Amino acid sequence: MTEFALILLSAVLVNNYVLTKFLGICPFLGTSSKVETAIGMSFAVMFVMTLASTASWLVQQYVLIPLELQYLQTIFFILIIASLVQLIEMMIHKTSPVLYQALGIFLPLITTNCAVLGVAILNVQQEQTFLTSALYGGGAAIGFALVLILFAGIRERIDVSPVPAAFKGSPLALITAGMMSLAFMGFSGLVKV
Amino acid sequence: MPAMLRTLARKMGLMAHSFSGGIHPDMHKLSAASAIEDVGISPVLILPMKQHIGSPCSPLVSVGDKVLRGQKIAKSEGYLSVPVHASTSGRVVKIEEHAIAHPSGMGMPSIFIEADGDDLADESLEPLTDWRNVDPTVLRERARMCGLAGLGGAVFPTFIKLVQDKRFPIETVILNGIECEPYLTNDHRLMVEKASDILDGMAIIMHMVGSSSGIIAIEDNKADAAEAMQEALDTKEGMDGVQVKVLPTRYPQGSEKQLIYSLTGREVPAGKLPMHIGVICQNVGTTKALRDAVMLGRPLTERIVTVSGDALPNPANLRVRLGTPIRSLFARQGLEDFSNIQVIHGGPMMGERLRHPDIPVVKSTSGTLALSQNAMQSAHTVESPCIRCGHCSEVCPASLVPNLLADFCRSDQFDKAEDYKLFDCIECGSCSYVCPSNIPLVHYFRYGKGQIALGRREQAFAEASRQRSEGRDERLAQEEAAKAARRSKVRKTHAPKPAAEPETNTLTSATDNTPAATAKPEEKS
Amino acid sequence: MTESMTGLLYALGSLGAFALCAGIVLAIAQKVFHIEGDPMIDNIDALLPQTQCGQCGYPGCKPYATAVAGAQADVNHCVPGGERTMLQIAALMGVEPKELEEEASAPMLAFVREDECIGCTLCIKACPVDAIIGAPKQYHTVIGDHCTGCTLCVEPCPVDCIDMLVKPELIEHWAWPLPDTKRSQLGHERREQHAGHA
Repeated sequence: MTEFALILLSAVLVNNYVLTKFLGICPFLGTSSKVETAIGMSFAVMFVMTLASTASWLVQQYVLIPLELQYLQTIFFILIIASLVQLIEMMIHKTSPVLYQALGIFLPLITTNCAVLGVAILNVQQEQTFLTSALYGGGAAIGFALVLILFAGIRERIDVSPVPAAFKGSPLALITAGMMSLAFMGFSGLVKV
Repeated sequence: MPAMLRTLARKMGLMAHSFSGGIHPDMHKLSAASAIEDVGISPVLILPMKQHIGSPCSPLVSVGDKVLRGQKIAKSEGYLSVPVHASTSGRVVKIEEHAIAHPSGMGMPSIFIEADGDDLADESLEPLTDWRNVDPTVLRERARMCGLAGLGGAVFPTFIKLVQDKRFPIETVILNGIECEPYLTNDHRLMVEKASDILDGMAIIMHMVGSSSGIIAIEDNKADAAEAMQEALDTKEGMDGVQVKVLPTRYPQGSEKQLIYSLTGREVPAGKLPMHIGVICQNVGTTKALRDAVMLGRPLTERIVTVSGDALPNPANLRVRLGTPIRSLFARQGLEDFSNIQVIHGGPMMGERLRHPDIPVVKSTSGTLALSQNAMQSAHTVESPCIRCGHCSEVCPASLVPNLLADFCRSDQFDKAEDYKLFDCIECGSCSYVCPSNIPLVHYFRYGKGQIALGRREQAFAEASRQRSEGRDERLAQEEAAKAARRSKVRKTHAPKPAAEPETNTLTSATDNTPAATAKPEEKS
Repeated sequence: MTESMTGLLYALGSLGAFALCAGIVLAIAQKVFHIEGDPMIDNIDALLPQTQCGQCGYPGCKPYATAVAGAQADVNHCVPGGERTMLQIAALMGVEPKELEEEASAPMLAFVREDECIGCTLCIKACPVDAIIGAPKQYHTVIGDHCTGCTLCVEPCPVDCIDMLVKPELIEHWAWPLPDTKRSQLGHERREQHAGHA
């Protein structure tokens, strides 16, 4: 049980995919100008990441290894992710057209979100069990959601504050992201897995 | 930090409940010791058609009419409204727009009365000396007919609060004698001089709402008023449930919700009235006016006005007829030249800055101030960036985050401002007062509230227009269909002669059957 | 040789089977999450002022909303809505705000000079929101509270008896302006930038 808690903690904070592994930066910067959009994106990524990591584990164990087709790993995983993204895109379009419009290009871009494929491949490389790989996927997704929503909250405040002209917009967003990354460095050494 | 300590102390029960935040401005109660003087009757009285919160009144008199003191000259339109009365006898000379105390500088239709000097009163209203045996609803109607509105400054129609509702029984009647605004002393003097009358009014209120306990709240900088009220209370009969409570001076303790919290420890929820938690709060001036309305049958035609300010030679408390020009009050107290002087209507914290002193005293005129330019914070036109000291959040009596709210209002993010409870702001001005960067925070909030109201109005209008437009489209489509149906029938009746006879029969039966009628053109084509 | 052939067959077969499964799942999902029409039309329509004035080049607000939702029209054509509406639509559609082509005039009201009106009912037919009342051969009059100031009734009037008047400002509707400080103006400029981000 402690092991599972540690895996979750390490995936969310210590090895945060965005701020310590620098994966999935484009939606992190692209969909963080409003908290509502960020929350929507977070849920989409959580859905895709958790399901993709479990599905890819199953495919790896029960299709690729028995048939000795490990060299097709990338193409299989991308197929899984792309289908899931297509599915969540339909769901969002149906349930919240405004969110669909706000996410725009970033929604289909989850397909090539390096964090999603990264989790799936790292799970295989680290030879995780089914349960731990699901936990890793979920934890990484929660970590992504956490930093994305935090960052969106900060950006909303920055947006209404008096900022020197040279720093307005992206420069300050990047500086903020850097400082958040610095802050997350503080978690390293918290958990040793 | 002090705010945190206070919260902690309150949680541990070390401190009596007291509203959070608040400030201690210099009180400048220059006129605290001067007795109320009567100013007499101005030659011309100007009575605006709206002196309360709610819908404006419409005039009942026309130019040339003779009126008596206390005669109703404008009737209320709508529920949230009270009528306007002539404040002396005389003749109506004109009805036209005149400047009022409003930040827009816009005018309001007003009735001008030329006083005849006799000051004859309209005695059509019977005094109800035996009010204890009068039904509360009759007394409530009397409060409405006499034009009573909260004289503390908010001018909310009084009769609306004075109601017995089975769902919300009133436990406590609070008499608000706090007067926390600097300079103002009109309630203070009224309590010192008319303590007994005020208690009569309070007894009437308690009878009307069916409550037996009451609190008279006074701040500790008005010890003589508290003494006078206590003395009068000791000699009055049948007021055992009433007590005088002296509270430590703090602005804005006089604000209804804050006062109720200080006294009872109960919070009035956002968007609710005090009656929903079993409390009713009335200002001492309103209470005295209610007593006059009930026991003397006298409508609201005069009030006590504090005329003060550092630029005024003789600050005073005056009994003034409604409609008296403010300029004449200043002239009486020795101020004629208004260059380099800011005139304020109300108190310095929440009052309106006037462009000129040519406006009449109305029901909301608790005071009027003449301040020299350097007493005003002229620095407020130079706004510096927010340094996030958090002082504004500490002093906010509504526990809001003023700096953030101002940022949202400034950048027109009104939905966010509403999320941060912009409408719970009471515009007390504490945040602007303490801001080291001189940010006109309250001004931003007023801007935000105005824009939100504007947006809602536009949205409602757009929605109504959409419905009318859609209704019209539907109607046109129906007319078109009906026309097409008729045309097809006409064609059929004018079709080859042999067929004409049987067709006309089906025509009459088909008139009320539109689907069948519309189907016919298809057969034709 | 045969071994590598079976490997190739396995690869193609498994990939094809997997793709087929994914395709079936998605086809079912498409049925489940099917949407009728474009839900954005109503969202955009809700932002428009509903004057039905046709100044955007479309016959009314709804047709313009349909065109914007279908990306067939720019967001900046609504004249009476002004900058605020343009920014809101741009934010909703996730596109860059555009400069307005025409400045909105002050809110107007139509007014019929009754002694000149001949009772032809042409203006009544033209009014998109049924704000003009009257009958043939009777004076017509405009219901001020319902008039959107679209000016569509002015053109059809054969005797030119309809004036467009500036809507009178009411003291109850007066709203505080922004504080008169430099910083407040800076904040206001940032608003547009913000809308651009969204």
